[in-house]
Amino acid sequence: MPGTTDTARVRSEAGQEPVPTPQAPSTTPEPAAAEGRQAKTIEARNLNLFYGDFHAVENVTMTIAPNKVTALIGSSGCGKTTFLRSLNRMHELNPGARVEGEVTLDGHDIYARGVDPVQVRRLVGMVFQSPNPFPTMSIYDNVAAGLNLNATRIKKADKDAVVERSLRGAHLWEEVKDRLDKPGSSLSGGQQQRLCIARAIAVEPEVLLMDEPCSALDPVATLAIEDLIGELKSKYTIAIVTHNMQQAARASDITAFFNLEETGRPGRLVEVGETETIFTSPSEQATEDYVSGRFG
Amino acid sequence: MAAPRDSPATLLTAPAGSPVWRRKALNRVMTAIIAGAFALAMLPLLSLLFEVAKRGIPGLSIEFFTTSARGAIGGGGAAHAIVGTLVITGVAAAISVPIGIMAAIYLTEYGGRSRLRRWLTFFVDVMTGIPSIVAGLFAFALFALIFGPGVRLGVMGSVALAVLMVPIVIRSSEEVLKIVPNHLREASYALGTPKWRTIAKVVLPTAFAGLVTGVMIAVARIIGETAPLLVTTGVVDSINSNPFDGRMQNLAVYAYSEYRTPGVMKQASYDRAWAAALTLIAIVMILNVVARLIYRRYKTETR
Repeated sequence: MPGTTDTARVRSEAGQEPVPTPQAPSTTPEPAAAEGRQAKTIEARNLNLFYGDFHAVENVTMTIAPNKVTALIGSSGCGKTTFLRSLNRMHELNPGARVEGEVTLDGHDIYARGVDPVQVRRLVGMVFQSPNPFPTMSIYDNVAAGLNLNATRIKKADKDAVVERSLRGAHLWEEVKDRLDKPGSSLSGGQQQRLCIARAIAVEPEVLLMDEPCSALDPVATLAIEDLIGELKSKYTIAIVTHNMQQAARASDITAFFNLEETGRPGRLVEVGETETIFTSPSEQATEDYVSGRFG
Repeated sequence: MAAPRDSPATLLTAPAGSPVWRRKALNRVMTAIIAGAFALAMLPLLSLLFEVAKRGIPGLSIEFFTTSARGAIGGGGAAHAIVGTLVITGVAAAISVPIGIMAAIYLTEYGGRSRLRRWLTFFVDVMTGIPSIVAGLFAFALFALIFGPGVRLGVMGSVALAVLMVPIVIRSSEEVLKIVPNHLREASYALGTPKWRTIAKVVLPTAFAGLVTGVMIAVARIIGETAPLLVTTGVVDSINSNPFDGRMQNLAVYAYSEYRTPGVMKQASYDRAWAAALTLIAIVMILNVVARLIYRRYKTETR
């Protein structure tokens, strides 16, 4: 069982923290009672992110709570996407990128020595700004990509069940069930994004990160995705970066406001709290200025 | 003072010498020059095709395609040369394609900004300029060192051609792999896929059509090479389809030798030489068509 935060820190300081056996997707997919699975907490502590020598994000400490949607808002370039990408160890894919500090998933530091980033990414899924289904694969194969790409041994019938469950979960099943073998790129933008969400949840991650998932979509598709996010939070921990304050107000439970004092300075987490509080009576002046539209 | 706006009346009835008329005339002149330049560039190609067809068709016959020169006095065909070309080119491709594509994968996916990558790129660029006879002599020397001088094998020719093909395959594959959008790799990583699997199952399939085209370009480059094959595979009259067993004839060398040392019936030999050249061009054309079909069938629309 995950220890308290203090214990976790002590354990990771003690050296080789063995990789915890994650709740990996079993070869037989869990029945619809996946609701029984606990969503996990992901926490950042004193997190500093660098691109080479450039200090991009400074000293972030926050918790992303399970079964809630946490929105990260702030003006362009303030480090919200950089922060999000550090939560599933995608930040380090940039050449020269560096991470200092701690990110714990369910109490286990994902940046501890000996932790395999590939395993981390199986536990923390991500949906990107522009829908990016794999063009060489059919809709079916796209959803099953998480399984196929890792050569997971799974019977065809079980794979069918996983695909159907994921597509239903993404509210896409009815629209594509008759054309699962068509290429993934044959769908509309909103459908493609839902396909990417289905792909992400097919591997049953603990946490789902979304980087401006609706910015490339029209309002109708955006509403569909926001509704979907509201439903998914009952099963997952969700963090979403958004440029759109109204979306944050509509779709999230907790909001974190990031800000950049001036270009060249690192981005900071200014304030985090219940969405309603942030938008009606924030404690920081900068937050108030941003949410009321005085800048940004 | 701004120039007066061109109204429809002005444009359509511009008198000669006015700025509008001059612009339109200049446009027409430039179009004519460019079209003329294109025609001029096409002229040698078309004239070559015409000549080869005119002189090569008389040499074509069933006999040409089915018999070899073995034992033929004044007659015979080029079957052994055709088989030889296909075998030697096939083996050359089998050697150079894996090496080339894997080098290209290193350069795009793993190289980053490392020094090894810069040196590799430099040497690949140098290699694209190697004269083909040098590649032939290299293969000759290599096999002479291992097997002793005087050895002649089909595979030696393949090695020489592979040396010429590798830089082309690397360069074109590198370009094609670079075009695969990064967001596809990121999508794969985000699913918890290790890097090598991402390359094998996402990047390569997406780039497949372009990779095939690059290989076809490399094949077209070397299929008519004569010099390196003269020194490595030798000249022989009978069909030999085993690249590891002695001399092998091929179309380029065949055309050369039929022309250089014609048999008793001179004209027939010359005809066969031209027919061999025509066959080579036909093979390249067929490969090109196949490559285009593969490209159209497998290309992926990536944003």
